[in-house]
Amino acid sequence: MEWLSRPLRDIYKNRIWLLMVLPGLIWFILFAYIPMGGQILAFKDFRQGHGGFISNVINSEWVGFENFEYLFTSNDAWEITRNTLGYNLVGIFLGLVFAVTFAIILSEIANKKLAKIYQTGMLFPHFLSWVVVSYFAFAFLSKDNGLLNNIFSFFGLEAVSFYYESEYWPFILVFMGLWKSVGYSTIFYLAAIVGIDRSYYEAAMIDGATKWQQVKHITIPMLVPLMIILTILALGGIFNSDFGLFYQLPRDSGALYEATNVIDTYVYRALQNNGDIGMSTAVGLYKSTVGFILVLLTNYIVRKIDEEQALF
Amino acid sequence: MEEKKKQKKKAYNPHQMSRTSNVILNVLMAILAFVCIFPFIYVIIISFSDKSSIASEGFQLIPSSWSLEAYRYLWSIKDALFNAYAVTILVTVLGTIISVMLISFYAYAISRKEFQYRKQFTFIAFFTMLFSGGLVPTYIVITQMLKLQDTIWALILPLAINAFWIIMMRTFFKQSVPEGVLESARIDGASELRIFFQIVLPLSLPAIATIALFSTLGYWNDWFNALLYIENPNLVPLQHFLMKIENNLEFLRNNPLISNQVQSTASIPKDTAQMAIVVVSTLPIALAYPFFQRYFVAGLTVGSVKE
Repeated sequence: MEWLSRPLRDIYKNRIWLLMVLPGLIWFILFAYIPMGGQILAFKDFRQGHGGFISNVINSEWVGFENFEYLFTSNDAWEITRNTLGYNLVGIFLGLVFAVTFAIILSEIANKKLAKIYQTGMLFPHFLSWVVVSYFAFAFLSKDNGLLNNIFSFFGLEAVSFYYESEYWPFILVFMGLWKSVGYSTIFYLAAIVGIDRSYYEAAMIDGATKWQQVKHITIPMLVPLMIILTILALGGIFNSDFGLFYQLPRDSGALYEATNVIDTYVYRALQNNGDIGMSTAVGLYKSTVGFILVLLTNYIVRKIDEEQALF
Repeated sequence: MEEKKKQKKKAYNPHQMSRTSNVILNVLMAILAFVCIFPFIYVIIISFSDKSSIASEGFQLIPSSWSLEAYRYLWSIKDALFNAYAVTILVTVLGTIISVMLISFYAYAISRKEFQYRKQFTFIAFFTMLFSGGLVPTYIVITQMLKLQDTIWALILPLAINAFWIIMMRTFFKQSVPEGVLESARIDGASELRIFFQIVLPLSLPAIATIALFSTLGYWNDWFNALLYIENPNLVPLQHFLMKIENNLEFLRNNPLISNQVQSTASIPKDTAQMAIVVVSTLPIALAYPFFQRYFVAGLTVGSVKE
């Protein structure tokens, strides 16, 4: 009985801690781990029977890779992958450049009160929902009434129906994505800059370094670790998209799908409009798996370069 | 001393920025901050514009005639609007309380060395940041296994825990709750639960306030869960309400909370009414924003992800 009594004694000894993690554990099981197991629906033809959910899943027929085949033989897989990766890569890169630049500028502005006001303004969009932001965008982009078309007509240019012409959307989506998020990521870099030991700068000044040299040789190198960590996290999520940006902002306009359809919106529409559970799960599994591999890979590479910087 | 300081300021200092570049950077940042706030101001202006001036000249920065028509219209649909407000407030308050409790319990347990299985439970949380169940299985679990559709729990539970916050809180507990204090409380015979509520929680108020703030904003701004799980018009939260009136005000016609009398009134100020609802639903956040953003910024930098 030794093999049983020892674990039991350990569990009893840790009971208070186990009690504390229990509600969270239940949540993780219900809302994270059972859905993870549910990914096997990607290989099944899901039928809703009379039993409970789990018996329905087990009793559904195996179809192998049929759901994936359907996805990858259509043109959609390429289009949504391209859009997802493209927007994310551009977003990660520009987001990094702008956030670091703005953080450095804000830290260098002599009047700290003003800097605080600018920062407060730039953070504001982060607190709005994409639904609200889509109305903001509509105020600018509306064909009949929008500010942009008002300006175009003032200069005698023809009105543009933004919600029907997809060629403008790569720019609109990238711009709005940055508009909403840069103020937020600036906070992290600004906090890191404030944390840099002042004596580095004093030493540099004694050696006659100019402001620009100080930024280049002290501030930026000191920010690199944070840039790496935040970029790994972002790269790991490169197959995720900010759903609201791609769903709310274009107002779900079919004419724009070519430019606005990403994996997440595709999965949502496949589920909601066609009720195609097998195929939409397959897309989801494809997304989670590639995303997972990417996190491990980026972390592995970073660990090779500098173990200190790796996330795990 | 004062004088000396002044002179120093005037003298050219190669290590500091020149006055010109300081001005340029200030202007640049001011423009950026303005770009971030301007759309909200613009939408407020539109909501106060007169319907006829929009019809003839579009959304103007300074409309040729102002009107309260949109807000008068909102008053006529106030039952539906108040209901949406009530749902949002209920979900936000309940959700934030549940979320803060679940997260701080879990994070505290995995932050203590005495907990033998802390590594395993940290991994259980951490792994969900790397691999997710995806939308469709989650949707099926919530609708078919838990049968939460058309209940407020469908709006509350999916957002209750976020592994990222747990890891953040764990770091905070590790760094900011001194082992010595807990040790002496234990010697005095206090139980772990008592220690948690009477010592740890008061010490951790800043971090808990941060999580509560994140959570409140998350619930207030959520529309996705309503989009997936809510059909019943009485359970529609504010953001989803806003979404439903996007392309037309058709949704309101089918809403049992709005009398037919209002609906039959032919001339609904469509654009301005939509913008007025945007204003009304964003106002609480915009008004509270200057006060809470300081805590938000401070809180974000409390616990880093890495140990």
